[in-house]
Amino acid sequence: MNLEPVVQNLVFGLFVGGLYGIAAVGLSLVFGVMKVLNVAHGSLVMLGGYATYWAFTSYGIDPFLALAITAPLLFLLGLALNLGLFRFVTRLPEDDKIKNSLLISFGLTLVFENLAIRLWTADERAVQTSYSGEGFTVADIVFPYTRMSGLVVALAAILILHVFLTRTYTGKAIRATSQDWEAASLMGIDVQRTYVLAFALGTALAGVAGALVAVGYTVTPAIGLAWTLKALVVVVLAGMGSIMGAFGAGILLGEAEALSVYAFGASYREVVGLVLFILVLLVRPQGLFGRR
Amino acid sequence: MRAAAIASRIAAYPRAGQALIWAGVIGLLFVAALVPQFTDRRDTINLLFLVYLYVTLAASWNILGGYAGQVNLGHAAFFGIGALTTRTLWAEEGFPFLLAFLAAGLASMAFALVIGVPTFRLRGVYFAIGTLAMAEALRITVGNLLPNLSALPGPIIARYDLEPRYYLALALAICTAATVYALPATRVSLGILAVREDEDAAQASGVNPLTHKLLALALSSLFAGLAGGLFAYYHVSYYPSLPFSTTWTFDPVLATFVGGIGTLAGPIIGAAFFILVRERLAVELVEVHQLIFGVLFIIVVLVLPGGFVEAWSRLTGLLRFRR
Repeated sequence: MNLEPVVQNLVFGLFVGGLYGIAAVGLSLVFGVMKVLNVAHGSLVMLGGYATYWAFTSYGIDPFLALAITAPLLFLLGLALNLGLFRFVTRLPEDDKIKNSLLISFGLTLVFENLAIRLWTADERAVQTSYSGEGFTVADIVFPYTRMSGLVVALAAILILHVFLTRTYTGKAIRATSQDWEAASLMGIDVQRTYVLAFALGTALAGVAGALVAVGYTVTPAIGLAWTLKALVVVVLAGMGSIMGAFGAGILLGEAEALSVYAFGASYREVVGLVLFILVLLVRPQGLFGRR
Repeated sequence: MRAAAIASRIAAYPRAGQALIWAGVIGLLFVAALVPQFTDRRDTINLLFLVYLYVTLAASWNILGGYAGQVNLGHAAFFGIGALTTRTLWAEEGFPFLLAFLAAGLASMAFALVIGVPTFRLRGVYFAIGTLAMAEALRITVGNLLPNLSALPGPIIARYDLEPRYYLALALAICTAATVYALPATRVSLGILAVREDEDAAQASGVNPLTHKLLALALSSLFAGLAGGLFAYYHVSYYPSLPFSTTWTFDPVLATFVGGIGTLAGPIIGAAFFILVRERLAVELVEVHQLIFGVLFIIVVLVLPGGFVEAWSRLTGLLRFRR
């Protein structure tokens, strides 16, 4: 049996998985810290994609260098969204908070999607760099430059986030709030400020994911829901607010999808993730997010 | 200020107000029943058809979402299964339409009960995202298995008449609304409301949450499936995966919330408002309509959880207080 296509597929699964991971980490961070389920996360990924596309086509900025602009831009958008909308739900009891945040972000998805159609039309956009489509080959396995750089960026973003959360005072405050906000508040942590920061960070991470989507895939106003579902699948696989876990689960999903192509054919790729998701939800009825 | 004056009258005499509302409802139904006799304008008939279809979808979603408190984001699956059943039995296999139409409701309900037992183990938001994932998986699978356009066969197209479709839609909308109207008087519906308010407390008081949620789901999916059957009866050609698309979930959810979740009138008013605004704006730009409803939805969730119905009762309450 010729193993080469299998290995090639697994390599691509790794690249896709890195993107799934980075798309899910932001959602996981927001859910873990604030207990806010932001189903507009995929729409934020979409906006990040357009920001990258815009920086590339209008100003000729390399999509990977453009992260220095797009990520802060999305961070600011996150601040605005929190101050304008999510601030009003974070004080509710936990059940109401999750439900209302789901509904509000559902409305936001509609707003972002249709705003994007108005601003940028429904056409597919993708960033075509001078090195797109090029790559190097090791033992007949192709490694495209854009996908490689995407994985490197995703890994770097995760590493920075990890260092921030474990080594800095603010990062530790975020983790403390995620474990028990009442105790954190008694220890002198400004919980509302932590929420604002966590939400903006999650949005910035969606922006990073969006940049990678713009480079490796296509961006349309309608991709929001698909990316939200993808990120949700990964977060559920990983378990509650587990940030590093979300990245690992992303890679797991990427590989599972790559292998499923052999078992069920390429057209069932998306179904595999969704079925996996429902199964995991059912095995743990409280949801993998939830603490028992 | 005529509306306000009428509102204050209604507020002053609750009994008379009720009678007035009933008279209005009966009058409206009367007009609705006569529309095809007085106009040949297909656009008017089509528009009203859509209103009835959306009323059915929104009111059926409201049974599970509003009364049982289970936010179901997989409503499109029931609608799609209904459409698929009717289309296959009636247009392809040649069964009589009425049989194929009723089969749509039953197939949808059967499917709902099969997936209901496992998915109701999920609570709150997990139920919402679980049902969304289920519907999406089904949509992609149907799209893969049935990739070809489904068109009505020639003989049916030759006999195609808008009028029976109009009356069926009207009858279905009335049936759905009447079912919701009849619900609050029963013990079962009190149980369903108890489950919405507090599942654990309901269980402690001897109300089986699973049974009651399944009952609400059965009714909700029955009418959604029939709505799908109606869709298959009405549309000349569409891709089989179209009725499974998330629009058929999200639109009724928007209409129900904007109108007033958990009320009889809310989904009806919301659905009519939704379709009429969409039709008005479709001439200009479709996305503006979605934008408006997205914003309206957020406003409703944040400041007016009862939608239009709550706004109305607050208004009349205010006027009553002033007198």
